[in-house]
Amino acid sequence: MSDGATSAELIETSGGVMRFAADQPLPLDCGTRIDGLEVAYNTYGSLNAAKSNAVLVCHALSMDQHAASRHPLTGKPGWWDQIIGPGRPLDTDRFFIICSNVVGGCAGSTGPSSIDPATGEPYGLTFPMVTVADMVRAQAMLVEALGIRRLFAAVGGSMGGMQVLQWAADYPERLHAAVAIACAPRHSAQNIAFHEVGRQAIMADPDWRGGDYARQGVRPEKGLAVARMAAHITYLSEQALQRKFGRELQRDGLSWGFDADFQIESYLRHQGAAFVDRFDANSYLYITRALDYFDLAAGHGGALAEAFRKSRDVRFCVFSFSSDWLYPTPESRQIVRALNAAGARASFVEIETDKGHDAFLLNESVFHAALAGFLKSGAEDRSVP
Amino acid sequence: MTGPHLTTREDFREILRLVRPGSRVLDVGCGEGELLELLATQKAVEGRGLEISPEGVSACLARGLAVVQGDADDDLDYFPARAFDYAVLSQTLPQVRQPRHVLSELLRIAERAIVSLPNFGHWRIRLELLSLGRMPLTSSLPTPWWGTPNIHLCTLRDFTQLCDDLGLRIEACAALANGKPARPMAPKRAIENWRAESALFLLSRANAAPTLLTGDPKTELFG
Repeated sequence: MSDGATSAELIETSGGVMRFAADQPLPLDCGTRIDGLEVAYNTYGSLNAAKSNAVLVCHALSMDQHAASRHPLTGKPGWWDQIIGPGRPLDTDRFFIICSNVVGGCAGSTGPSSIDPATGEPYGLTFPMVTVADMVRAQAMLVEALGIRRLFAAVGGSMGGMQVLQWAADYPERLHAAVAIACAPRHSAQNIAFHEVGRQAIMADPDWRGGDYARQGVRPEKGLAVARMAAHITYLSEQALQRKFGRELQRDGLSWGFDADFQIESYLRHQGAAFVDRFDANSYLYITRALDYFDLAAGHGGALAEAFRKSRDVRFCVFSFSSDWLYPTPESRQIVRALNAAGARASFVEIETDKGHDAFLLNESVFHAALAGFLKSGAEDRSVP
Repeated sequence: MTGPHLTTREDFREILRLVRPGSRVLDVGCGEGELLELLATQKAVEGRGLEISPEGVSACLARGLAVVQGDADDDLDYFPARAFDYAVLSQTLPQVRQPRHVLSELLRIAERAIVSLPNFGHWRIRLELLSLGRMPLTSSLPTPWWGTPNIHLCTLRDFTQLCDDLGLRIEACAALANGKPARPMAPKRAIENWRAESALFLLSRANAAPTLLTGDPKTELFG
């Protein structure tokens, strides 16, 4: 990760917050709408004159728009700065990268911690329920507002991959290529179960105050930290945990108490504590709910292939990771089989790794080479210099 | 995994000759995509590939090909019927778990199948088995028994029998041998089961319309 730290300084970023006028509301799947939508975004690289080199990067549950530049709160390098940059798979010398914070998020886009223009107070639980399709609709509004009619590609991992699939289903004509990484066509019972643990941890925190904590000047940090700890386990693999931590102790000998004796405990506590500095508890509730509601086939009579019926001209590339038990390979295969059944142009690779779900964020050379090859050949095909 | 045993170009040259320009082709076991690339550039083919190794798929992606990591036994079932004009299975049939199922799947998802396979009835193989009493090693079967990926070897006669059983029509057939030009042949003739080292078949469903031939079938299909 050391070269990542330097690259974060090298890549220039611009962007800001796109504010949509009251006459451009975001219609939501739940039946209501968001007026005065704000979408926070970063860009890397530059848009060419033909506006044919734009790539939308879709972020995962706990990420934000700071994909390849230093995070303003944590000071850490971008979460995908091994992927985005000059000479990297998402080559900023070739592509214009856009990454926006999802609606419902907490890094500048409209979400439950935003001020409700109707009341002048933070939304809290009065924020409407959003879905992955709503997130994608907001992104499509942003892309259009940036003057881009057709993306070269939409690329994303985990929840970002689900957004990519939704893009291909909802806006196939506005997309040349779709790269869905470490994701699934729907949330499984196990996925929902883990999210429910996280949500219950947040709601059990006395400082959650029925979601009204912002107005009351407190934050449910303990609950959010526990939610993050539980979720973080699902991002790793048993092998990776064993390799990194085993039964190693923090100090010499056991404490014979409930301190963090084991290194894995200390690691998880650190992950939880660091998360609350940059994430909002209500956003966590809303976004996990959006994921649980995600079922791409459901809107198409239960047939996943039907979702891709209009996406035949989109070039798909699906990646899975062999030790990912959050969104295991068979779920990616379901996507690929549906794409084949729909007659879409689909490629698929399962990357051999012991790093679990998080492998899509890590230095996986076969993954990076395959992704780079797919994007480069597609760009040459489309005469994106 | 052992690659195709024939000089790849020779195998490919015949396949290139067989495939109609602009058609849709599925290459099962496409490796690094050499054939699909040739088909795309020379025949404007819309190609898809199925390949078991991630490195092979990765190489295909770099060539701009659409390739799915998977294998013939598990993944053909998920393609819709008649999605392709041709399905190509080059020197791979003896390596699948269920050759009969795979063969019938190829002709469910494609109008025609192009299948090449080594002939276990070749005289050199028969002679080695007879004289040495050991599993033969030949140029078309170069790997010892304990290391070969071939688990379902067959003779030319076995294969034509299977085609009959499945109701498949053999539209054309050629004998392939290392370094020699392809030789059109009638695969059911007993002599061919002795002398063909390897064979390439163009198959269709018996109830499908036969390939339209404008000239002499032999020179049209194989040269």
